[in-house]
Amino acid sequence: MVSASEVQEALKQRLEAKDVTVVDDSGGCGSSFTVAVVSAQFEGRKLLDRHKLVNAALKEEMKDIHALSIKKCWTPDQQASAQKA
Amino acid sequence: MGVSPELKSAIDKFIADNKIVLFMKGNRMFPQCGFSNTCVQILNTLSVPYETVNILEDELLRTGMKEYSQWPTFPQVYIDGEFYGGCDIMIESYTNGELKEHLEAALNS
Repeated sequence: MVSASEVQEALKQRLEAKDVTVVDDSGGCGSSFTVAVVSAQFEGRKLLDRHKLVNAALKEEMKDIHALSIKKCWTPDQQASAQKA
Repeated sequence: MGVSPELKSAIDKFIADNKIVLFMKGNRMFPQCGFSNTCVQILNTLSVPYETVNILEDELLRTGMKEYSQWPTFPQVYIDGEFYGGCDIMIESYTNGELKEHLEAALNS
């Protein structure tokens, strides 16, 4: 099983993410997560490629994860403008 | 594992012959997963013609599609022969209007 903090740590390190939110919505069994990631690595990439980066970063963990919902893949700029609005 | 050459060419052909294909759990009448259901509802709302493939009926297809798409989960949406994304991408692009544009372009091509 995978914990939310493991997922968070993995995304932080492998995507050099500035901000990562992970919600465990499995009801405790550790198999279903919703994530939001802010990383400069998303700069200049399409949404699909951003999601692929997230999936690739969690390659090992995905073997034990049943459902991964990627809510947001933002660049730091996108996050900043969203917070202003 | 991997995708056999036969399976690969069958998938190639199917997504070339059908403009919009949803590889999902269940079928459009009876989706067997909330994420798959969300994609069905989005495509129904946009009233576009699409085909569904139930990956629960074939384990080889299920593992093969993950590799073919380089995408670890289902549903998987193909538009105009190209992998478009999973459920989250469908929701986001539906919400911001990009999906509608993309589908219209595909159907008119």
